[in-house]
Parts: sequence; C-alpha cells; structure tokens
Amino acid sequence: MAATTEAPAGVQTIDLATTPLRELNARLHAIGPDATPSRWRVVHANGAHAVAVGIDAPIEVEIEGHVGYYCAGMNQHATVRVHGNVGVGVAENIMSGSVIVHGNASQSAGATGRGGLLVVDGDASARCGISMKGVDIVVRGNVGHMSAFMAQKGRLVVCGDAGDALGDSIYEAHLYVRGSVEGLGADCVEKDMADEHRAELAELLQRAGVTDADPNDFRRYGSARRLYNFSIDNAGSY
Amino acid sequence: MAGIDALRESATFDRRAIAEIQRAAREGIYDIRGWGAKRHVPHFDDLLFLGASVSRYPLEGYREACDTDVTLGTRFATEPLHLDIPITIAGMSFGALSAPAKEALGRGATAMGTATTTGDGGMTAEERESSKTLVYQLLPSRYGMNPDDLRRADAIEVVIGQGAKPGGGGMLLGQKISDRVAAMRDLPKGIDQRSACRHPDWTGPDDLEIKIGELREITDWRKPIFIKIGATRTYFDVALAVKAGADVIVLDGMQGGTAATQDVFIEHVGIPILSAIPQAVASLQELGMHREVQLVVSGGIRSGADVAKALALGADAVSIGVGALIALGDNAPELADEYAQIGTVPGFYDDWHEGRDPAGISTQDDELAARFDPELGGRRLANYLRTMTLELQTLARACGKSHVHNLEPEDLVALTIEAAAMARVPLAGTSWIPGANGSI
Repeated sequence: MAATTEAPAGVQTIDLATTPLRELNARLHAIGPDATPSRWRVVHANGAHAVAVGIDAPIEVEIEGHVGYYCAGMNQHATVRVHGNVGVGVAENIMSGSVIVHGNASQSAGATGRGGLLVVDGDASARCGISMKGVDIVVRGNVGHMSAFMAQKGRLVVCGDAGDALGDSIYEAHLYVRGSVEGLGADCVEKDMADEHRAELAELLQRAGVTDADPNDFRRYGSARRLYNFSIDNAGSY
Repeated sequence: MAGIDALRESATFDRRAIAEIQRAAREGIYDIRGWGAKRHVPHFDDLLFLGASVSRYPLEGYREACDTDVTLGTRFATEPLHLDIPITIAGMSFGALSAPAKEALGRGATAMGTATTTGDGGMTAEERESSKTLVYQLLPSRYGMNPDDLRRADAIEVVIGQGAKPGGGGMLLGQKISDRVAAMRDLPKGIDQRSACRHPDWTGPDDLEIKIGELREITDWRKPIFIKIGATRTYFDVALAVKAGADVIVLDGMQGGTAATQDVFIEHVGIPILSAIPQAVASLQELGMHREVQLVVSGGIRSGADVAKALALGADAVSIGVGALIALGDNAPELADEYAQIGTVPGFYDDWHEGRDPAGISTQDDELAARFDPELGGRRLANYLRTMTLELQTLARACGKSHVHNLEPEDLVALTIEAAAMARVPLAGTSWIPGANGSI
C-alpha cells in the first residue's frame, strides 16, 4: 500500500522507500492532461531510475534527493523539480512543461527533447542536448563534450564553459555560451549576436530564472549549413 | 577475331567487379542503394523437409487443422500481441515509403490478422488507422518519437541494428524530404537527414536495461518491448537482449532490406539469417528463455517454405520487408518502360533512396505516390501473406504437425555442407552435422 500522506498545503507525498516506482508513475499517469493542477512530492528517490516519466498533466512534482536515469522522460505539461543530482537522460524527449534540476546532470540531458524547458542549476555532462528537436535547455554551469550533437531545433544556453566538439553536425538549433568553448564540432561555427539573438537569450534566461547573467556576455553558435546535403567534396568534414 | 568461346572472363575481375571499378572511377563515391544483400549466401533454399512416411504420419491437407497463431510478448507485458499468422511486416519508414504505401502495409497485415511496424520517422495517422496491430519503433534518430504515439502503439521495438547494415546509421536524402516528412522529423525541408548509428541516451546492455525500464514505466508495463538486432555476434547479442529485459527479439539477417545504404555495407557486414537463427535459439535455450522470449526472424523471407524452415529452426515468427514491397507492386513488369527511363529494369530496381519510384511506393513525390492505390496494395499484400500461410501449413502438415510451431530441426536436412554447419541440421542422407561438437 502506498505510503501517501496528505500534506497541509494540499501536496500529495509519495515515499519511494515504501512505494513501488511503478505505482508512483501509474498514479501520475492517471491524472491526465485535463485535470485540475495538483502538487506532488516524491521523497527518498535514492537514485531510482525513470522517476516521474511519461507524465501528461499540468501538475507540479517536487523530487527530494538524487535520481537515476531518465527522470521526467517524455514529460508533457508538468513541472518537475529535482532537489538533487540527476542521472543520464534527464527529461529525454521532453515534449512540453518544465524540468528543473537543482543539482548537476549526467550525460545526454534533454536528449531529443521536442519542446518545453530543461534547467540545470549545476553542470551537465557530455552530450547535453544531443539530437534536441525543439526543447530549450539552460545550464547555469558547464556542459561536457559533444553537447548539442546533431541538434536539430531549440535553444541551448550554457552560462559556463562548453567541452569539445560543441554542436557537431548541428542543424537549426541555436547555441549560446558565456564561457569558453573547448572546440566546435563539424559544421558548427560562431555567429554574430544581433539584437534579436540577445532578446531571445534574455527571454530564455528569464524563463529559467537566471538573473545574474548578461546576454551581452554570451557568444552564439550554429550551423554553417555546409553539410546539409551530402557532397563528396566534404567527405573529410564528416 | 577469336570466337566468343575463346574469350575468358576473370573470375576475380568479373563483369560486375569491372563495372563497379569503372563507376567508382567515374563518380568518386561509393554506391548507395536499397534492398538487402544480393550476393549468394547459404539460405533456406539449402534446406529440405523430411516429410512424413513410415516413421511419422502426416496430417490430411484439407481436413485436419494446422494452426498458425502466435503470441508475442508474454514475458513481462500485460498486453501481449496475439497474431493469427506468424508472418509480420517489418519496420519501414514513412519517408522511405510514401504514406499510401504505409497505409497499404497496414491494410494487408490487418486483413490477415498480423502486425505491421513503423520505422524511422515516426507514426502516421494513416498507418495507425489502417493497422489493427502496430509496432512502434524507437530508433537512434528518435525522429517523430513522442509519448502519445508510444501509448497508441501495440508494442515497442527498440532498434539496435538491422541486417542490411549492422553497426550503421542511415541517411534519407534531401529529395525525399517533403514538407510532411520534414515536419515529422523536426528538420528543414530538402536537406539530407542523417540517422545516427547509436542511441543518444544509452550505451551498452546495462543502459539498455534501464532504457527498457523507462519505456515500461511510461506505458505502465502494458506494451511488449521488442529488441531488434542485425545478425552478427548473435549468440551473445541475444543473451544480452534477454538480460536487458526484452519480451521479443527481432533478428534480421544480412539479406534484410534497407531503404538506402552503401552497397559495400550491405554486401560485407553481417551474417546470413540461416546461420544466425541457430545461434539465437541456442542462446535462448541456454538461458531457459526459448519460447518465453519470442524470436522473430527476418532477412530474405520470400515464401511459405522460408517461413516453415525458419520456424523449424526455432523462430516463433518471421518478418518480411522486401517481399511485402514486391507484393505491393515494387519492380512490377507493367512499369518496364518507366523503369527504363530511370535506367533500370523490373526485378533490378533498388535505387529506392532517389524517390523516383514509378510504382509510387518508395517516393515522397505527390504525383508518383498518387499512382499507388492503398486498397489494391493492401489486397495484394493480403494475398501474398495468405499464400505464404497456405504454403507454410502444407509443409507443416506434411511433417505431421497440427501447429506450425511444432516444426523442429529434426524435420530438416541440408543440401550443402555449409548449410548443414550453419543451420545445425544433418547433411541430407547422412547423420553428419559439421561442427556439431564444436564451439558456438
């Protein structure tokens, strides 16, 4: 039986030390996209994988503690906040809503995300935003190598430094980095920062709650579009 | 001048090899094409059934039942698939194929009570509508992947590789990227779309186990999870797929088709399905998982005889791709004049990536696609599936089986030493199974 308590503030608390993960996710799935917004709190996450995945409801979920792989994967409409570090693939394939990590993120944060917002307060490891397809990602710290690999659409903001091969084989995603970039990947180039880009960046920082970063301190990167159609003359670039 | 009989063709530099050198020298790039391996490899043709005689008795062809149904996904899923026939339609993408062609695959499969499969690029509404049972592929590109379709699907297939190109990704050339294809894939129209060869958020079998756990959680453990692998180190790959939590393993041999890959990849990577099935079955049996984790095999399945032989070797079902396209009308002789205009002839056309298919199947050109009638295509595919099923039952009854899954290796012999060694059945007329006492 689930160890669920009704908190005074109307927050449903689920203790993963006593409640099977399957039950947690099933209860979150049962809410549905048309439900009245509700608030949930998950405690004793203890590194569990696949916590709060596949939600399709306008709810708020607070997770206390570190989580494993794929936390808030394929999220729709929900706001999921993790008070701890997250494992591989946080918010993978996110469609909408927000996932906020008050900690660091492992590899492939926001992988293939198609919408919504992912915020990482700390650092994100390698392949942050890999194959992103419309998600917006804001990382207050640094990102590891191969971030935004094959990034198709969406925006990645890095308030710290970026590792090697940033934006390798990038398509139409927009990348903004405040610190250093160890190296750019194939077909990724630095681009001019125009007013429209500063405005876009300011809006992203504001949505992510970042108040201590000036858009004027960032550089913009994107696709040179040289590899969009295969040409034998570019064989050495792949 | 010497007569034709005095000319000597090199066995090494034969006409095909010479033509390829000349093409490479002219174009400076490898050949890309569709279809699967075209070279000769040991195949089901190299096996024969031992029909019933004095030591076995057969079943009456038109009176005694020979059942064909199969259930896939019994290990963990709460909603396994129940199919009337053990022949499914393999994953083929909307993008590689036109929307009407995808619809026809669904119509044909549904008419025969079996499943069809999406592909790289996501699920179309027509495909879902026309397919009673639809398997949704999760590929490295994740083009079109979304949780709504995941929940709408009847099963999920995690694609690790395919027989035509184990270890390879893909490329859909810009000429096939219509507005609709581009929108589904979140990419601009007209540019080449690369499909990665590795998944973006997991690496290795331990991660795969966690990934499958996530998919099960998202779908509340209802959907069967398939893992599709290209046939290479099959014994080990199957064991790892079982360990990772697969309900069903889809094993694709090197003859399996692709929409577009380098010819050198298709012809030189992977192993024939004949050699892969016994490895997979041995792996499952050693784990106590044969029939618990179902095995679907593909790659060169053409007829009911091929199906029967695959089942006899231990598969639970087969999957067809190239055969299904041919049934729809691909390479049809009536289109000979139009094939000639694009430099080919019926029976040989494999430039599916170019999008100029006069049959309207492997194209995104609206005019070409409009030529294809999905209702007629669906009926043709159903006819083909029905014929294969009848052939399968004919052979099973001849071996005395009241269900096609009762076919077994003991019913088979091989015509060649190679096939005997690969299939692990005796050379015809002998009790010799080459390598039977050797290692895997």
